[in-house]
Amino acid sequence: MATVGGVAGSVPGTPRAEPVGKPPPWRRFGNFARRNEENAWRGVAWVAVLLPLAALVFAVSVLAVKAWPAIRVNGWYFLYGRDWTYGNGYGAIVHTDGVAHQMGARFGAWAIIWGTLASSLIAIVIAVPLSIGAAFALTERMPTWISRPLGFTIEILAGIPSVVIGLWGILTFGPWLAHHVYPVIADHVPDVPVLRYFSNPVGTGEGLMSAGIVLALMIVPIIASTTRDLFAQVPPLPKEGASALGMTDWEVANKVTLPWVRSGIVGATVLGLGRALGETIAIAMIGGASLQIPHTIYLPFTTVAATILSQLDGALTDGTGFAVATLAELALVLAVISVGVNLIARVIVKRTGRVGAPVGGA
Amino acid sequence: MTTLAAGPATRRRRASSGFWRFLTYLALVLIMAPAAWMLIGVLARAWSHWQWSVLWTKATPTGGGLRDQILGTLILMFGVLIIAGSIGVFAGIHLAEMARPNKPAGRLSGPLRTASDVLSGFPSIVLGYVGYTALVVGLGWGFSLAAALIILSIMVIPYIAKTTENSLRQVPTGYREGAEALGMSVGYSLRKVVLRSALPGIVTGLLLALAIAAGETAPLIYTAGFSNTLPHSLTHAQFPYLTYVVFSYWNDPSVQKHYLSYDAALILIVIVLLLLVSSRIIVSRTQRHAESARTTRTGKRLWPGRGQAVEPAKDEPLLGITGAPPR
Repeated sequence: MATVGGVAGSVPGTPRAEPVGKPPPWRRFGNFARRNEENAWRGVAWVAVLLPLAALVFAVSVLAVKAWPAIRVNGWYFLYGRDWTYGNGYGAIVHTDGVAHQMGARFGAWAIIWGTLASSLIAIVIAVPLSIGAAFALTERMPTWISRPLGFTIEILAGIPSVVIGLWGILTFGPWLAHHVYPVIADHVPDVPVLRYFSNPVGTGEGLMSAGIVLALMIVPIIASTTRDLFAQVPPLPKEGASALGMTDWEVANKVTLPWVRSGIVGATVLGLGRALGETIAIAMIGGASLQIPHTIYLPFTTVAATILSQLDGALTDGTGFAVATLAELALVLAVISVGVNLIARVIVKRTGRVGAPVGGA
Repeated sequence: MTTLAAGPATRRRRASSGFWRFLTYLALVLIMAPAAWMLIGVLARAWSHWQWSVLWTKATPTGGGLRDQILGTLILMFGVLIIAGSIGVFAGIHLAEMARPNKPAGRLSGPLRTASDVLSGFPSIVLGYVGYTALVVGLGWGFSLAAALIILSIMVIPYIAKTTENSLRQVPTGYREGAEALGMSVGYSLRKVVLRSALPGIVTGLLLALAIAAGETAPLIYTAGFSNTLPHSLTHAQFPYLTYVVFSYWNDPSVQKHYLSYDAALILIVIVLLLLVSSRIIVSRTQRHAESARTTRTGKRLWPGRGQAVEPAKDEPLLGITGAPPR
C-alpha cells in the first residue's frame, strides 16, 4: 500500500502509526474514518434499532388517544353489546361525560369480535390437521425430487397477495361451495343443537364458512412449512429405533415424531392464528359484511379488521367524530388480541429453541 | 412393514398405518388442489382476454390499461426497499452484533427485540388506521405516497430486522475470530467479512419483504387512497397501485374493469413469483457455492468445498514450522 511519509500498517483497518510530519488532509480523513468506523456502525445501528420501538409507542399512543373518548362513553357495553348504530345524523348532538356524539349512537362490537374469533377458529380447525398431514407426507419417505417442488409451492402460497386469494374466493370458490358443497352438508345435517348451525339456508357463498376456508388456505403455508422444518429436525435414531422395535409408520409418527415437536407445532399454530385474526382484505371481499351474528354458518358476517376497513366511509359522516373514535377502539381491541396471541406464540416457539418463521401480518 | 409378525392385532395395526399414510397424502392433495385451482383460475381468467397493451396504456374512467398502477406498485416497492431496507438491516445488525451485555445499550436489546416482535404482530389494518389518523389527517398530508411509504415500511421493518439478525447469527464465529486475529478492527471486519457472508440471507429477507409490500392492500386504502394517474408530489395527492384495482374493480358495472381487475391479479402474481423464485435461487446457489467457489486468482482453492474434508498433513510441516509449537 502506498504511504505518504509514514509507516504503512500492513493490516487493513488498523489505525496507522503516527507519521513523521503532518499527513495531507485526505489521508487524515481516511485515518479518522478508519479509526471511527466501528463507532459509525454502532451509532447508525443504534438509531435504527430504536425505530421499531418508537413506531410501536407511536402507534399505540395514537390509538389510545384517539379511542379514549369512545372507551369512556361505550364502556363495557362495547365488548358484549350487539347494537351497532351511528345514531341519528340529523338529530341533536348529545354529550356524555363531555364527549359529543350523535343522538342514539350505540356501539356494541360483540357480533364483530365474535366474527373474528369464529372465522379464525374455523381456519385453525381446518388448517392444523391438513398442515400436519401434509408435513408428514412431505418429510416421511417421499423422494426429494417430488417433495422439494411441492414444499416450494406451499411457500409460494404464503406469498400470494391476500387480495388475489379474495378475488378467487368471491368469483370462483365461494359460489362453487354454495352450489355443490354446502347444500349437501345442509340437507343431511341432523337437527341437534350444535349441528343445527350447519343446516339451511346456505346463502350465496359469501359468509362465515367460505371466509373460514379461505383463511385456512392462507395460514396453511405458515403452519405447514414450520411443521415440515420441525419434522426434519427430529433426529433419525429414535425413529429408526422405534421402527426396529416393530412399530408401524403410524405408531412411529404418533409416539415418536409428534411428541418430539408438539410445542413447536403449537407455536406455529398460534402464529397462523395471529395472521388469521388480522386478515382484512380477503374477509372484506368474501365475508359479506353483515354486522349481525349469522343464523347459520354459511351466512354473511364480519370481522374486526374488515369492519375497520369497510366502516370508515360511514364513520366519516358522523360530524362529531365519535364514530371514528369508536373505530379506533375497535382497532385497539384487534391489536390487543393479535399482539397477545403473537407473544404467546413466540414464547412457546422460543421454549423449543427455534426461531419461528417471521411471517408478516397481512 | 414387511417384517412384522402375522396375526389379527398386527393386521389391524398395519391397516391403520396404511390408512394414516392415505390421510397424509389426502391432506397434501387438499392443500395443493385449491392452490393450483386458484393460480390456474386467476391465470385463465386474465389470459382469455389478455392484451399486452395493458402494460403501457394509461387507465381511463371506463377501462384502458394499468400503466400507472404498475409503476405505482413498483415505486412503492422501491421506496420500501430504501426506507425499510436500510433501517431494518441496521436494526438487525444491532440486534445480532452490537449488543454488549455490559453496556446499557446491550442490556436494552432484549426489550428492543420484543418491541420489534410485537410490531410484527400488529395487524396491517391497524397500522393503516394509525397512518390515516396520524399522517393523513393529523399532519394534514392527505392520502399520499409519503404516508403509504411510512406505514408500509413500519410494517416490514420488523420482518427485515428478524431475517437480518438470523442470517448474521449463522455466520460462523470463526470468521469473526479470524478477522480479529488478523488485526482487523470490528467495523472493518463487519463490513468485509461478516456482512459479506450474511448477504444472501439478508437479500432473501429483503425480497420477501418486497413481496409483502407489493401484495398489501388494506393499509394502502387508508393511507394512499387511490387514483388513476401518478401524482407529482409526495403529499396531498392520491397514489395508484395494483392491489386496489383487484379489490374494487371486480364488481364494477363495466366489463372492461372486470378484465382490468383480473389483469392486475395476474401481474401481482407474476411480481410475487419473480421475487420468491429469485430468493429461492439465491438460497440454493449460496448453499451450493458457499465456500467451494472461493478460489484464488490462480485457481487454487482457498479453503476446501463441501465433501472435501481436509486431511491434516502428517509429514508436511504446517507453515514451515517443525517440532512442537512454543508454549
